[in-house]
Amino acid sequence: MRYAETGINLEIDLTRGSIEKVATDPRDTELYLGGLGTNTKIMWDRVPPETEPFSPDNLLIFGTGLLCGTPATGCNRTIVSTISPQTELMAFSMMGGFWAPELKYAGYDKVILSGKSPELVYLWIHDDKVEIRDAAHLKGKGAVETAELLKQELNDSQVQVAAIGMAGESRVFYASIEQGRSSASRGGIGAVMGDKGVKAIVVRGTKDVNVAEPAEYIGLCGEVLDYIKHRETNPIPGVMPILAGLGSPQEMKVHDEKWHTENFMWGNSRERKRDYWNEEIEKEWTETLENARTRLVSCFNCPMECGATISMPGLPTYMMKCFTKLTYTMGAFSNLDFGLRIAQKATEYGVDGFSCPQVMAFALELLENGILKDEDFPGMPEDNEGRFFYLLDMIVRREGIGDLLANGTYWAAKEIGNGAEAYAHNNIKKTEQLPLKLSMLNPVYFLMYATGEKMNITQIEGQFPQAPFATKEEREAFVSDWIQVPDEKFKQILLDWEFRGENSNPYYPTVEMSCDIVDWQETMHYIDDALGQCAGLSSFPLKPPYHIHNYPKFISAGAGIEMDQAKLTQAAKRYRTLVRAVNISRGMRRKDEKPPANHWKKRFPELEEELLDAYYKLKGWNNDGIPTTESLHELGLDYVSDAFIERGILTDGEDTSGNEAVATENL
Amino acid sequence: MSTEKKTKTIKSIKIDIEKCNGCRACEVICSAFHAMPKYSSNNPARSRIRVTREPIRDVYVPVYAGDYVVAECAGRDKYIIDGKEYDECTFCRASCPSRDLFKEPDSGLPLKCDMCEGEDEPLCVKWCRVDALTYEEREEEIGEEEVSVDEAETGLEALVNKHGIDKVADIIAQISKAKQ
Ligand code: SF4
Ligand code: SF4
Ligand code: SF4
Ligand code: SF4
Repeated sequence: MRYAETGINLEIDLTRGSIEKVATDPRDTELYLGGLGTNTKIMWDRVPPETEPFSPDNLLIFGTGLLCGTPATGCNRTIVSTISPQTELMAFSMMGGFWAPELKYAGYDKVILSGKSPELVYLWIHDDKVEIRDAAHLKGKGAVETAELLKQELNDSQVQVAAIGMAGESRVFYASIEQGRSSASRGGIGAVMGDKGVKAIVVRGTKDVNVAEPAEYIGLCGEVLDYIKHRETNPIPGVMPILAGLGSPQEMKVHDEKWHTENFMWGNSRERKRDYWNEEIEKEWTETLENARTRLVSCFNCPMECGATISMPGLPTYMMKCFTKLTYTMGAFSNLDFGLRIAQKATEYGVDGFSCPQVMAFALELLENGILKDEDFPGMPEDNEGRFFYLLDMIVRREGIGDLLANGTYWAAKEIGNGAEAYAHNNIKKTEQLPLKLSMLNPVYFLMYATGEKMNITQIEGQFPQAPFATKEEREAFVSDWIQVPDEKFKQILLDWEFRGENSNPYYPTVEMSCDIVDWQETMHYIDDALGQCAGLSSFPLKPPYHIHNYPKFISAGAGIEMDQAKLTQAAKRYRTLVRAVNISRGMRRKDEKPPANHWKKRFPELEEELLDAYYKLKGWNNDGIPTTESLHELGLDYVSDAFIERGILTDGEDTSGNEAVATENL
Repeated sequence: MSTEKKTKTIKSIKIDIEKCNGCRACEVICSAFHAMPKYSSNNPARSRIRVTREPIRDVYVPVYAGDYVVAECAGRDKYIIDGKEYDECTFCRASCPSRDLFKEPDSGLPLKCDMCEGEDEPLCVKWCRVDALTYEEREEEIGEEEVSVDEAETGLEALVNKHGIDKVADIIAQISKAKQ
């Protein structure tokens, strides 16, 4: 018997219209766990590096985490992997909500889409019954609207629907897949779904998901619930409110937005408004949110209520969570009322709430600066808010200038030319980042931004405080019950970390410490992405209920795979390296690993090179960021080095070839 | 006969639908608790509490599985509460032919909430961390004339009528095997 997983993947070839149920190899589960890990193995095995994002050979994989569908609180992530049209690298966006557990209950671990359907279709997965159905009547419909229509059509309110809106249908490079209160937004995976001609995947399941050691497992789940309660009554002192508790940042609950509005940048990640927040604005925004918010809502099997149902007067209801609350508001220099209104449309269209507002602000900057002309925006309203609604409509329909903007700031700027590139200033690996511009280089964040392959800082950071505590007492108090550390040395690093002087940024944490911190943080995110655990209860917040010491027990008792800290760390390293291997095969190198030039005012080029060198070394990558034969061998990934040697990426017995040249180019 | 008053314990769970966030943790733990062996599997379709959840209409109604009924109701009403329209069936506890709620997915046998027999507190209440479900016990006097009905027997009879003796015997055999 298979535990935690079902052992069956659903393979759907949309070109031929064929549906197959394929048993998976339990040895792959041991090596790559599930979710992101096994997704990546499939991507490596079956999607050759020449594959274009919009080729029928590209796969779109909906993978459930290994522990989804078990009683583990907050374990509900679907990990969607494909080759991204935006980065041309592997994208792996996650969505919470209810879809992954439902797929498990239907009897499948993954849905793997290949080929392209000539007509728009939707998939209906109901236990053993799997159908490809006509979706012509859903063309152009909103993502939320589609879900509601399908519930009616199937006469079942218990189905879970993952759908794209018009942006996905138009292959907008930052189109999302929406699912109730959650979405998988980064990397334009919605565009790949649209390209494959799939409007929605509807799931309903009524089968069992088994665990290997029932008593142990439920005991572990109980401990997690107790710890969540403990953290609720013991918020972390001395950090700002959204970092004090658990869950995704509780944007639907808080009204005090001083920190975000005064520290994050407005417009096209341009302007900081230091004295923006005041009582009057707080009053207005509080009213807006309270009137709009019908209810706080959770994902499957989680008490945290990070999302909310939003009903703006005169507009259809939708759901929202997290920072999308402010991205449109700040991108347009507007207010919360506007932000919640345009987000309603954006959610129906299905676009990434980080990228989209920046793209629109970028377009208006180009207009202001004469790089784009009034003729490029025929019929655009005069008022600021009206312009954003106009641009959004143009983008999701790929009409006029919208056709360019639909490719994101990087590709649009390239095509527009004439100096436009300088305005696409907030990208890493061709992807718009959080609008943050800071002063002093932070070595830990430098490494995370540079080497992250999830394209989003929130999917790499966490666990280790973002800033030092002011006093010795605070530091001591913090480390006194810091059970989550994988090694005691992290406590000392924090104890010695100061705001000023020798032990402060950028030289402290030292290069070596910074590498260790980043490695820990990243490892925890990768583990979450394989198990299907929400980062909001694990890798993202300080002192989470899931950590490196209880995860092995969850895997042993849940999936029946013998596990300990070392073996789990090694497994995470294995598929993390495999993600890199996929991207290295597709041409990613050290030259691509840079935060935006203006992310920090005070930069330290030598230190930055040193940080990268040391981190690559720790990860077992050569100076160009390529995993070495030796480290691949240690991870049981000889098949990767064979391919690298065959493709001339590595030379036999020589790992550092060609690096000098690249390294100097970087300096 | 003596005039001594007899009491019985009334167990009740209060459901505050304003507090429900639709997380379905209650379904998760109920189905795990009733798995055989205990906690060995999870499947909300087997839960004895189900949450009707229609977020866009803001409908959240946790409902407990009650008795098995042979036939569905002839006429069904609608309730309007706070401007939201609910089907009568939404609030109904019955395992009824009109729907697949509160039936074992494989056998179709009816499910009924047993208040988590053997536990100190109903587990759905324990796992509902936002207090949408709360538990209360109170003692109530019962009159002399109250007839004790052998519920188990009538329940069984209904099952046999519907599913046939073989299937029911088979399930009982499975249960007792698991309990040993
Ligand atoms: S912590 Fe928040 S985002 Fe994460 S699973 Fe729970 S409700 Fe969803
Ligand atoms: S556990 Fe509580 S909040 Fe969650 S669905 Fe059940 S009743 Fe609602
Ligand atoms: S579910 Fe209840 S209300 Fe609806 S038909 Fe059946 S018995 Fe009647
Ligand atoms: S009280 Fe127990 S048996 Fe009844 S619904 Fe709740 S968990 Fe299930």
